[in-house]
Amino acid sequence: MKPAISINGIQKNFAGVQALSGIDLEIQQGEFFGLLGPNGAGKSTLINIIAGLARADAGSVTVLGHDVVTDYRHSRRNLGVVPQELVFDPFFTVREVLKIQAGYFGLGRENDPWIEELLGALMLTDKAEANMRTLSGGMKRRVLVAQALAHQPKVVVLDEPTAGVDVELRKSLWEFIKRLHKKGHTIVLTTHYLEEAEALCDRIAILNHGEIIALDTKDGLLRRGIGNSMTVSITTADPVIVPDQLKKNIKLQNHDYLVLQLNRQQDSVVQVLDLLRDHGADILELQTEAADLEDVFVELTRNSNSHNKNSSNTTASDLTK
Amino acid sequence: MIARGFYTLFYKELLRFSKVAWQTLLAPVITALLYLLVFAHVLEGKVKIFYQIDYTVFLIPGLMMMSVIQNAFANSSSSIIQSKVTGNLVFILLTPLSHLEFFSAFVLASVVRGLAVALGIYLVALFFVTVPVFNLGFIFIFAILASATLGALGVIAGIWAEKFDQLAAFGNFIIMPLSFLSGVFYSVHSLPPFWHGLSQFNPFFYMIDGFRFGFFGVSDFSPWISLAATGSFFIALTIITLVMLAKGYKLRN
Repeated sequence: MKPAISINGIQKNFAGVQALSGIDLEIQQGEFFGLLGPNGAGKSTLINIIAGLARADAGSVTVLGHDVVTDYRHSRRNLGVVPQELVFDPFFTVREVLKIQAGYFGLGRENDPWIEELLGALMLTDKAEANMRTLSGGMKRRVLVAQALAHQPKVVVLDEPTAGVDVELRKSLWEFIKRLHKKGHTIVLTTHYLEEAEALCDRIAILNHGEIIALDTKDGLLRRGIGNSMTVSITTADPVIVPDQLKKNIKLQNHDYLVLQLNRQQDSVVQVLDLLRDHGADILELQTEAADLEDVFVELTRNSNSHNKNSSNTTASDLTK
Repeated sequence: MIARGFYTLFYKELLRFSKVAWQTLLAPVITALLYLLVFAHVLEGKVKIFYQIDYTVFLIPGLMMMSVIQNAFANSSSSIIQSKVTGNLVFILLTPLSHLEFFSAFVLASVVRGLAVALGIYLVALFFVTVPVFNLGFIFIFAILASATLGALGVIAGIWAEKFDQLAAFGNFIIMPLSFLSGVFYSVHSLPPFWHGLSQFNPFFYMIDGFRFGFFGVSDFSPWISLAATGSFFIALTIITLVMLAKGYKLRN
């Protein structure tokens, strides 16, 4: 089976600044894939190259086996992109916008039932005859999603689809995207909301400074590195004396409240509690919390940033030799 | 599938300008009518035009073609710059439309608007004077070719311009002077030799001269020369536009 998206050695420079430095990535059909990274990491540039909105300096991208440059008609037919910016055409109504968008892909009246389904699923039916200018930001965001899907693409790329939308709309969009995924669409999602990626994505790539610094399943990412860590919060009756063996694990100590950072692979919570009790602790409450994707993301991007800084320092010192 | 994609973009462009018909169709007709009233009143009998026709009648084909030129240019250029500035051009760029389909849809919509405005001016002018028709074929060929040429120039300007004022500069410093200095209000034979010679480098002059031949059967130059000049200009602009689109110049960067 051909991959939904295959990215091979993609490089892109903007005015001498390297935005993407040799990205290789394969997203399989039916995946719910997350593309994460801080601002300026290169996520949108990569999506623009996949969508044909930007040209790579080197490398190639295929969508379901069709090259996005040499076979753009087929690749774009299979791809739906929800752009990050809240853009709209002020001349048309919602229904006109969707019918026109489907028409660009060669679809006519036979596609009308799908347009109606989209309007209903995205709660736009009441606004179908409203001009785009009159819609709220949230409604415009829904129309953007509907436009990307108007031609029933097999691969859907959502570039921060829930940026700046309220919680209710975000949840309804999540549900809709999940339904699409269940129907067999491949979903590629970029988001700033890590809880969103954690809740939805099967596999995640983390992009920083134009490089993929991590590519794994969600569980794989959570298990690695800081993902092995666990936070244990303990409330005691009196101020606790922390034994020497645990002093390195203290994250926070405040009167009768102690937070310890443990390693799930190496440390045993039972042994830690026994040690504390041996030192007179009367434990009233215990709370454990596994690392979430946010911890992994912060740790990985921090490591990547410090690595880049060290590399550039080395280069600078090398030059001065 | 290919034809429907092209047709959709063409239809969308028609729908766009028809939704603001007061601005895109009626206003140019009123403007041309004002030119007609003012210039015909002031210059009737004072301008040598070398044809045995009234100045007011002479003026009408020129005003029609000037409106074709300006409106065909405005149609494609304003649509593209608006879509670029507001960001919704992305919805066209994400589609499988080819460069030729993109170009043809914008140019054909410009042709339709140009012809609609010209027809409107002609019909209104009939209330004031009788305008003869010598050769309907030449009238249509020059109207279509001129509006297609300016539609193509509008696509180029729309792609090139990044802001509305850049597009306004293109219109004010290139389109407007060339259309005013192309013989709309006079015959180039009435100009001093230097300006007469210079007019021959103005592509809009050939559009107006050939178009006028369709009405009166007389013109400053042979209509075939005008046809060749206008056709060459259209082909040159078509090639430039298609190369820009194929390279993704200022669109896919």
